[in-house]
Amino acid sequence: MPSIVVVGASLAGLRAVEELRRQGFDGPLTVVGDEPHRPYDRPPLSKQVLAGDWERERLDLTVMADGGLDALDVDWRLGTRAASLDVAERTITLAGASTGRLSFDGLVVATGATPRVLPGHGDLAGIHTLRTLDDCLSVRSVLDASPRRVVVVGAGFIGAEVAATCRGRGFDVTLVEALPVPLERAVGAEVGALTADIHRDHGVDVRLGVGVERIDGADRVEQVQLADGTVLEADLVVVGVGVAPNTGWLSGSGLALDNGVLCDVACLAAPGVVAAGDVARWPSPRFGAALRVEHWDNAVTMGEHAARTLLADLAADGRGSLAVDPYDPVPWFWSDQYDRKIQLAGWASGADEMRVVDGSFDERRFAAIYRKDDRVVGVLAMNRPRQVAIYRKLIEANAAWDEALAQAAAG
Amino acid sequence: MGYRVVVDFDLCESNARCMEAAPEVFEVRDDDFLYILDETPPDELRAKVEEAVRLCPKAAVSIADD
Repeated sequence: MPSIVVVGASLAGLRAVEELRRQGFDGPLTVVGDEPHRPYDRPPLSKQVLAGDWERERLDLTVMADGGLDALDVDWRLGTRAASLDVAERTITLAGASTGRLSFDGLVVATGATPRVLPGHGDLAGIHTLRTLDDCLSVRSVLDASPRRVVVVGAGFIGAEVAATCRGRGFDVTLVEALPVPLERAVGAEVGALTADIHRDHGVDVRLGVGVERIDGADRVEQVQLADGTVLEADLVVVGVGVAPNTGWLSGSGLALDNGVLCDVACLAAPGVVAAGDVARWPSPRFGAALRVEHWDNAVTMGEHAARTLLADLAADGRGSLAVDPYDPVPWFWSDQYDRKIQLAGWASGADEMRVVDGSFDERRFAAIYRKDDRVVGVLAMNRPRQVAIYRKLIEANAAWDEALAQAAAG
Repeated sequence: MGYRVVVDFDLCESNARCMEAAPEVFEVRDDDFLYILDETPPDELRAKVEEAVRLCPKAAVSIADD
C-alpha cells in the first residue's frame, strides 16, 4: 500500500486529501502544515473576521465525508514546516512541532504563498501583512484598540478589502498604491479606476501612483513617508503588496522551480509528485501560457485534479499524467468591498477590448466582457452574479466574440 | 437513500458556482437570487450536487440525508 504526504494544510491540501479518499485511496495519508491550525477558510479573514463579526469556528471548511475532518483518517503534522525534499530518495525533512523525516510514495505540494513585505522598516510594531488567521487576529487586536489612522499599502484585493473593512469599522483610512491605477493587471484599467472611485466615495483617502519611501516610529509605527514627500500619520500599517510562492524548501529537491513549482498539464511536477494551489504553475491549454493562480476556486479544483493525477501516476508507475485529463479551468474569483461584489471569470488583463453588456459603471452594477482577438476571454461583473455564470459558459466553450455579443443582444 | 438539498440563504451570495455544477438543481435568475429547482433530486444527480457543495465559496450549500 503506497503512502501519500500532502505538504500544505490549507484549501488546496485539504481538497486533495478529500479527493484521494473519495477516489478510494485508503493508504496512510500525512498532512504537514506550518500553521498550528487545522484547515480553515481564508477569504473571510480580510472581511468578516477582521470586522469582528466572525470567530474562528465559522472558518471550518466543509468536508463532505460523514464524520467530517476526522473521517479522512489523516496523520496531521501541524505547526510543522517541511524543510526540504529529496525527490530521488522520496523523503521530506521536517522542522517545528514534528521533526525527522517522512518517506512517501506520492507527494502533493500545496505550500501556498507568503505575503511580500516592504523592505527597510526594521521591526516596528504596528506593521502587518494579512494572510493567516494569526495575522488577522493581530491586526484585529490593533483595530480593537481604536487606532487613529490606518494606512493600507497596496490597493490589490487584500489591501482593498482591508481598507473597506477598516472604513466599515469607522476608522480613518489612507490607501496607498504605487501604480497609477489599482488592480489594472487583474481587472483592466477601467474597472481598476472605478474601484478607486468607490473607495473615495466611502471616505478613503486614496493615493495612487506613489510608493512608500519609509516607515518611521520609535518602537511602534508613527509615520509613513511617501515617495512624493507626503508624510502620513499612522498607528497601523497593513501591507498588501502581493505574495511569493513558498518554494524555498524545494531548492535542490529536483523539482523545476520558476515563480512556483512547474507542473505538466495534469499538475504532475515529477514522477509521484503533484502540485496545486497558489504554489503551482502549469501550462494552460486554454490560454496558451503557464499560469499560477492565487484564487480560492483554483485551490479547490486544482487540489482535486492533482489528487486524481497522483493516483493515476502511482498506479501507472510514473506515466499517469498521460492517463488523466489536462487541468484546464476558467479561473474565477470574487472580491467583496463595501456592498459591492466584484467577480471575474477568465482573463481581463491583456484584452483587446472591454464591452459593458449589462448595467453601467454609473450604477456600479454591471457586467462587462473582454475580447482577445476574435474570442471572448473574460467576464467581469459588479453585483451582477448571474451574468458571470452566463458568459463563463461561453468562455469555457472557447466561444467567438460575436457569439458573446449575440448573447448580450438577446439579454 | 433519499437526500435533500439545503441552502443557507443568509450565507448565499449568488456566486452561481452551484448552478454551473448542477444546473438541474440550482438557478441564479435574472434578479440575481438563487432558486432551488429541485430540493430532492434523483440519486444520479448526487455527484453534481456534491460538487456544488465543494465549489460554493460561502459554504452555503449542504446535503441532508433523509
